[in-house]
Amino acid sequence: MATDVHGEVTADRAVVEINGLTRSFDGRAVLDELDLTVRSGEFVALLGRSGCGKSTLLRVLAGLDRDIDGSVLVPRRRAVAFQAPRLMPWKRVWRNVVLGLPGRPARETAIRALAEVGLEHRADAWPKTLSGGEAQRASLARALVRAPDLLLLDEPFGALDALTRIKAQQQVAEVWQRRGCAVLLVTHDVEEALLLADRVLVMQDGVIAHEQPVDLPRPRDVGAPEFTALRAGLLAELGVVAPQSPL
Amino acid sequence: MSTHDTPPEAHTAVVSGDGPERAVARGAAAVELERLVSASSRRRRVPRWLRRATGPVLLLVLWQVLSATGVLQSDVLASPGTIARTAGGLFADGTLPSAMAVSVQRVAVGLVSGVVVGVGLGLLSGLMRTGEDLIDAVVQMLRAVPFAGLVPLLIVWLGIGETVKVALIALAAAFPLYLNTYAGIRGVDDQLIEAGVTLGLGRWGLIRHVVLPGALPGALTGLRFALASAWLALVFGETVNASDGIGFLMDQAREFYRTDVIVVCLIVYAFLGLAADVVVRTLERLLLQWRPTFTGK
Ligand SMILES: Nc1ncnc2c1ncn2[C@@H]1O[C@H](COP(=O)(O)OP(=O)(O)OP(=O)(O)O)[C@@H](O)[C@H]1O
Ligand SMILES: [Mg+2]
Repeated sequence: MATDVHGEVTADRAVVEINGLTRSFDGRAVLDELDLTVRSGEFVALLGRSGCGKSTLLRVLAGLDRDIDGSVLVPRRRAVAFQAPRLMPWKRVWRNVVLGLPGRPARETAIRALAEVGLEHRADAWPKTLSGGEAQRASLARALVRAPDLLLLDEPFGALDALTRIKAQQQVAEVWQRRGCAVLLVTHDVEEALLLADRVLVMQDGVIAHEQPVDLPRPRDVGAPEFTALRAGLLAELGVVAPQSPL
Repeated sequence: MSTHDTPPEAHTAVVSGDGPERAVARGAAAVELERLVSASSRRRRVPRWLRRATGPVLLLVLWQVLSATGVLQSDVLASPGTIARTAGGLFADGTLPSAMAVSVQRVAVGLVSGVVVGVGLGLLSGLMRTGEDLIDAVVQMLRAVPFAGLVPLLIVWLGIGETVKVALIALAAAFPLYLNTYAGIRGVDDQLIEAGVTLGLGRWGLIRHVVLPGALPGALTGLRFALASAWLALVFGETVNASDGIGFLMDQAREFYRTDVIVVCLIVYAFLGLAADVVVRTLERLLLQWRPTFTGK
């Protein structure tokens, strides 16, 4: 492999390598000569205005969108949690979680994954009876159970209340640390990005316009001055004028 | 926004009033209130089946009165009483049960063949491009021919025996099943297919876990249409030429102006049709319990 030039540092090997990626819809380039590298085991958060192409990038990385120009290198083992839960409505929750796993996966496998997101009591429910946040957590469990090398998360905490959201974030962080997979997390929440990621990217005009390494020790403290400074910087990068504008 | 900024008088007005709707003074504008009643308490007063039975019972009573007063002659339409007696007689001497058995068997065999052909072709053209190219155009063309119009051709090919009746029923059932199975497969949510792909499902896995379950509601709708068509084809086939079955009984009765027997046969047809519908409904309830649907108010 070409990356072997770097020597034995396997932890730093790139698992995602994107060069000059272009994706156009009806002549409009949503991704425009985008370059991105994600190292093995790295947690990357992706910020950007609504409609800037984050989900499009994620779909390309998931291998769902092949109408692309440029070169894209991704691990074979990938898992995705989509912006919408996309559970199969005709399968009970636990069967959704283990769907597609090789062999005859046991119910316990699903229960364990569901327990990780606090949903084991809904294992036998039909997806239609789940609340929005529950469905999102089930979808997250379905992605986590696959033990991927690259985990793609598209706003997986969007429909969660503050407490459940913090728990789910911790779950993701825990799974990430335990499994050592690379994670690409799309989010609108700057704080969430800074809490979880090693590196925060800001997408704009079809490229990664800004990159912010986060070298804070974990677990991170939202109130720490370094944290606040980083947040202010990113918000400014996103074009939010007043840096201290909480909702 | 909330009730907190309504003046205290408004609260008292709400509590003390007892009409279902009241206007409460709230600042300058009046707010209309509506009491939301529990759906179950509103429904329980008269049981649904009783309410639904009222119409038919009234109709029966009217019919009997008209017959008894001589307004309705028996060679036009027999009275409900006569019909009931005739039905009892036909049951007792075994005419009706044996006719029913013959007819039901025809429908069953025809329907099963129709399901095999219709669903089979629907799967082929729904799941495969080549299948679609080969089959769909042909089926769409044939669909334009009313199945009853094929009878002369079928008689030439199959004679006037049992086969032609079964073939007619199978033909009638196959088309709705084909169309709905095909449409059901093509209507499966693309987002779910994508999710399946990212979960690592292969082609067969996608078909089995995503496409077929997703197409099931459509296919079952097709089955209901197929049942309706099958009964129609049965009545048609049996009244045109038959030596047994309900249609034959009816045809015979026509020659002797036995309106009572005709009505009994019609009722049996209706009853069998309803029974089949109940079977499909039960099937739907069991197989589609995952589906979030509007159940009616
Ligand atoms: N299939 C499609 N056909 C045409 N345009 C599309 C298609 N998919 C996405 N787009 C457009 O591409 C742009 C980027 O979409 P994308 O879903 O990637 O945005 P996003 O950054 O994920 O936004 P959000 O934060 O709102 O989810 C949008 O302007 C969208 O309208
Ligand atoms: Mg998106």
